[in-house]
Amino acid sequence: MKSLRALIIDDSSVMRKIVERSLRQAGLDLSEVKEAGNGAEALALLANTTVDLILCDINMPVMDGLEFVKRLKGIANAKGVPVIMITTEGGETHVVQALSAGACGYIRKPFTADQIKEHILPLVEGLK
Amino acid sequence: MSTAPELSPDKWLALLEHSAHEVFDIMLKTKLEPGGPEPATGIEFTAMVGLAGIVCGVMSIRCCHESATHVASAMLGLPAKDAGEHAWDAMGELANMVAGNFKNKIDGMSDKCLLSVPTVITGADYSFRSISENQPIELWFRFHGKALHIALEIHP
Repeated sequence: MKSLRALIIDDSSVMRKIVERSLRQAGLDLSEVKEAGNGAEALALLANTTVDLILCDINMPVMDGLEFVKRLKGIANAKGVPVIMITTEGGETHVVQALSAGACGYIRKPFTADQIKEHILPLVEGLK
Repeated sequence: MSTAPELSPDKWLALLEHSAHEVFDIMLKTKLEPGGPEPATGIEFTAMVGLAGIVCGVMSIRCCHESATHVASAMLGLPAKDAGEHAWDAMGELANMVAGNFKNKIDGMSDKCLLSVPTVITGADYSFRSISENQPIELWFRFHGKALHIALEIHP
């Protein structure tokens, strides 16, 4: 499997670390992990950085995850990069909004390593 | 217009309890033990998440500094001695996940009730006064031998 550069966006540094650990436990070979505390920080980072995979929370201060996914379309560096939402907001409306905006997957917190594997490995296989 | 789900207090309590157990099982890989009401002495961390929508209120998790450190330790897979600096953040995320898991278990509530970003208070020298006349739904657990209190105040 290709070595991947991931961007994890969550206002909780603890959750960013948990997501990174879960990705590694799922068997992903991460060559680099970038972190951002909200959507605005992530967009600024992506202006100068390229990643292969984005994991994004929804409820965040400054810019939430749904707004981030909408604005991501305007970032040349992020074209075609899969975005998976990882959030406590489990409602159908949020799922539809996220997927309509361009997210590829949706994982509800609390999540198991198996759920990470199930949602993310198929997307990563496509990046080979 | 949507209205709050009509559930008995026992049902709210059972769902909140189930939500808390699930988060501890899945994200902390540890079990919450049953506990009973205790005086608030030693409670140093209070993590709160607001609910707004068809149900409005506040869910809070309170525990001592040692328990908050154990929460961070379990979440991050770090030894407790290295986890103290993450206790704030871990408690906020814990409250966020328990509240989110709780509302997602109630039919029609997950879409129509939003969560606030968590707030974490440290220290015990404060008083909390709710605008609600309702009695909070309260759960008492033991975590690493210390009291852990979860309360849900629903505003009419």
